[in-house]
Amino acid sequence: MAEITRLIHEYLRHDKKFPHVWCPGCGIGIMLGALIRAIDKTGYSKDDIVLVSGIGCTGRLPVYVDFNTLHTTHGRALTFATGIKLAKPRLKVIVIMGDGDAVAIGGNHFIHAARRNIDLTAIIVNNNVYGMTGGQYSPTTPYGMKSTTTIYSNVEHAFNISELAVTAGAVFVGRGTVYHAKLLDSLMEKAFAKVGFSVVEIISHCHTQFGRLNRMGTAVEMMQWQRDHSVTVEKAAQMKAEELKDKFKIGVLVDRELPAYQDEYEKVRKWAKGTEKR
Amino acid sequence: MKKKVQKRELLLQGNEAVVEGALKAGCNFFAGYPITPATEISEILSVRLPQLDGTFIQMEDEIASIGAVIGASLAGAKAMTATSGPGFSLMQENIGFAVIAEVPCVIVNAMRGGPSTGLPTMPSQSDVMQARWGTHGDHPIIALCPSTIRECYDLTIKAFNYSEKFRVPVLLLVDEVVAHMREKITIYEDEDVEIFNRVKPTVPPEWYIPFEDTPKGVPAMANFGDGYRYHVTGLTHDIRGFPTSRPDEIDPFIRRLFRKVSQNFADIQIGEFYQTDDADITIIAYGCVARSARRAAADGRERGLKVGVLKMNTIWPFMRASVEKVLRTSKVVIVPEMNMGQISREVKRVNKGDAKVFTINKVDGKIITPQEILSRIKEVY
Repeated sequence: MAEITRLIHEYLRHDKKFPHVWCPGCGIGIMLGALIRAIDKTGYSKDDIVLVSGIGCTGRLPVYVDFNTLHTTHGRALTFATGIKLAKPRLKVIVIMGDGDAVAIGGNHFIHAARRNIDLTAIIVNNNVYGMTGGQYSPTTPYGMKSTTTIYSNVEHAFNISELAVTAGAVFVGRGTVYHAKLLDSLMEKAFAKVGFSVVEIISHCHTQFGRLNRMGTAVEMMQWQRDHSVTVEKAAQMKAEELKDKFKIGVLVDRELPAYQDEYEKVRKWAKGTEKR
Repeated sequence: MKKKVQKRELLLQGNEAVVEGALKAGCNFFAGYPITPATEISEILSVRLPQLDGTFIQMEDEIASIGAVIGASLAGAKAMTATSGPGFSLMQENIGFAVIAEVPCVIVNAMRGGPSTGLPTMPSQSDVMQARWGTHGDHPIIALCPSTIRECYDLTIKAFNYSEKFRVPVLLLVDEVVAHMREKITIYEDEDVEIFNRVKPTVPPEWYIPFEDTPKGVPAMANFGDGYRYHVTGLTHDIRGFPTSRPDEIDPFIRRLFRKVSQNFADIQIGEFYQTDDADITIIAYGCVARSARRAAADGRERGLKVGVLKMNTIWPFMRASVEKVLRTSKVVIVPEMNMGQISREVKRVNKGDAKVFTINKVDGKIITPQEILSRIKEVY
């Protein structure tokens, strides 16, 4: 059996009716492929993996895969995931969000999950726009770009999701693009192996909404844009600031050690029971 | 040798009794955000839960708190949060999630005056209708309301039981007076308290239908990590949990959500009749007002007035049968409330005209006194 057939058979739900909701050419499919390959590598049992999502195109992902899956309310996926992880720490909890979901409506939860260092992996598909509702601008829509609610031009400045995660305290932050599918595999594998709050930001494209309004071409052309505007962390270190002006870094942005929340809370339990002195 | 009965005589605040009840019911997860007048529940559980291998977490807001509570419950915990008006408003969307995804959990709302920031340290009963209809969409809800410290303990246990039994979020509406008042209660450790835990599937995973339409209306619930992998969503879903927009799947699903509560009214509706059999005047009251109503009835009887009280411990589903009973047998029904008339509207709705219904509405942050009820009786009877 071909490897891809095995993965499809093993991880996609047989009783869920396809086709999926995504547009042809959407980057979420590439991200889903990387997710499945990375999970397969970790060796976790499907019973021990929980996939939690919010609302939006990306939020629809968990329904197709054969894990414990939870499709929550808009922006709140990390809060539900926090409850799951603390109630059953042995579960591997992975949270799938879009840019609007993660850093607009869910922005507060995002920074606090990072600050607490809850042992979750947040995978954020950043396509710069609210796709499902028809292409309105999101906190990652770049300045000067069009959306269906900034038809004259966006006058707000975009969030840098990965830098936000680094500053808020995530122990692992990686950024990739759907053009660099192999890089996504390795970033996710590293994120899953990390104990603590890990973030993988995936630069993707919404050719249907964002691309069309901003004349960025087809899905393929938008992926070529990703290729041409990304620089690996290693290469960026050798480059001058002006060379990096219209580029974004991909690769591992941060990888550091900090005790995860559930391990810290285990100490609280011992102090509370008096089995250990603070 | 006679077995010594372990008992604890405690002088408790309402919020403390809620904690005792929750722990008795098996609560092992609490997520909350500080807010007056519910904060004591958080403070005490932050001490008690880790002692019992449970989890307390203070989240970044009330939206996150209810989210964590629902997540913990899906993973198998008995989970609770506690808040007051402003936080209760923030929780509404996710309360709807718990309704549609059928996730057991308990939400305590220590009611203070509103709207908005309102009266943080003063009592009110103005969230009664919000409890019923606060989250969007057509849905059933169970809301309980204690008027004594003992009831805080008992009804918290019941709230957990109902949530587990019917797979619903259960609201405990405590007013600021009851939350902060102290009374002595005796808790017997060997007390025969019924503790209900969710029914888990007994079939092998491949046979499990997570949202199956059963005669009871409550499908068996597998916890995440138990080997039954299924999909939970806030979208309207079919019996397998997958989103659906088919009318023939939507309708039975929504009706089942109602049916699992409505066909158990007898179990859910708790209240007490005090001397209503011969009463010409019946006071229908709940929460701290029920205390004043009892006193007003006793004083009224001393003065030769036949006064009775229907105390409602279940606010939702509305105790229609009990209310109809007193409406049939009394000449006058008085509904004193610390709001502009939320339950009285329900009483008037079911009144077929046998009794005259009068209200007392107090919204100045003070409690309704027995004297005020008595003078209203004299006014109208």
